[in-house]
Amino acid sequence: MIEFQLDETSGVATYLQLVQQVHQALRMGMLEPGDQLPTAQQVVAKLAINPNTVHKAYRELERDGLARARPGLGTFITRSPSGTDPATQARFLTAMTDWLRSARSAGLGPDDIEAIYRTALRACFAEGAA
Amino acid sequence: MMTAAIEASGLGKAYRRAWALRDCTLVIPEGHVVGLVGPNGAGKTTLLRLATGMLAPTCGAITVLGQRPAAGLAQLARVGYVAQDTPAYARMRVADHLRLGAWLNPGWDDGLAQRRIAQVGLDPKQRAGSLSGGQRAQLALTLALAKRPELLLLDEPVAGLDPLARREFLRGLMEAVAEHGTSVVLSSHLVTDLERVCDYLIVLVASRVRIAGEVSELLASHHRLAGPRRAPGTLPAGQDVIEQSHTDKQSTLLVRTDEPIHDPAWTVTPVSTEELVLAYMNPANDIPARRPQLGVAS
Repeated sequence: MIEFQLDETSGVATYLQLVQQVHQALRMGMLEPGDQLPTAQQVVAKLAINPNTVHKAYRELERDGLARARPGLGTFITRSPSGTDPATQARFLTAMTDWLRSARSAGLGPDDIEAIYRTALRACFAEGAA
Repeated sequence: MMTAAIEASGLGKAYRRAWALRDCTLVIPEGHVVGLVGPNGAGKTTLLRLATGMLAPTCGAITVLGQRPAAGLAQLARVGYVAQDTPAYARMRVADHLRLGAWLNPGWDDGLAQRRIAQVGLDPKQRAGSLSGGQRAQLALTLALAKRPELLLLDEPVAGLDPLARREFLRGLMEAVAEHGTSVVLSSHLVTDLERVCDYLIVLVASRVRIAGEVSELLASHHRLAGPRRAPGTLPAGQDVIEQSHTDKQSTLLVRTDEPIHDPAWTVTPVSTEELVLAYMNPANDIPARRPQLGVAS
């Protein structure tokens, strides 16, 4: 079963951290369809957070079609996030790694790379939204 | 329609000549864990005591779970209150506190009280005067929870506790919320105490509410912008500046907006709950008039 962690300094809302960790676990194959998510009580007992936060995170996962609550039993993973089939993932991971290697050999450090990545990401998604 | 846990309109309380709380208009929906944050002397205790009915308003009105505070025995049973410094009767034993609780409260859940006492490791025979701060807080919380209130009000419950006792106290509180769906309002002068547990925040400064709303909505609608120096007046409509600092070349703004920020000149970063609260707590920041109220459930 997945064990949630909290990063209190990230500025990301707690429920969103839980949602992102489920997404992450699905992508990494640590969670699969049919797996049960911890109950709100279990998460609360571990992290001492508000149970509403857990409910909110699970509702969000349900809305995305990734999980389903079965009354009296708990919340279960129903499918993996779309657009993340392993072959596609692998293709972009390879492309990214190649790009990173060439950036590094051009003398760029992790901070330079991160700045470029963030700028490009923002520009790319701003285009999409406008 | 859902009843509000607390609804206040134009609520004010004056002591002699000074206002302890004024112009307080709020709707706190039920089912939340509400953090009431503000510096010492901001009016937090006054608001909580108005909600319990121990204080009467100087002006305005307040209802709690749809009723006037302390309107009768039934209403008293619906609201639990843990006062500042989690007081207990020093010469009475832990078990005596539970007996007193059972005697005073019609809806007393003795099973819950006994379970919690065992769970947090309190000795029923020990006198309250010899408990540690953390243990005394747990005793006070147990008494409040065993009353099985619909709304629990806690005044600075963790202020005097060490970090571990603080975490244990909040864990116990959150487990009760998970089990019984209790609405909670707890005050603190430090947002870090409450960051994990609150899904609703009220910032109270100098007897006035500066902002109130659901934490997730507040975080989603506030951003830190950094970029080349720029006058705040040149921002698009709908972007309210909460806080700003400028050097000769750079501007850093904390902005409230419901729209995404597309201007590529800005580096946009999310704000933490703590940054948000500090910005609203800072008396130097002139908070722009609020648009339609955030976070009010219909």
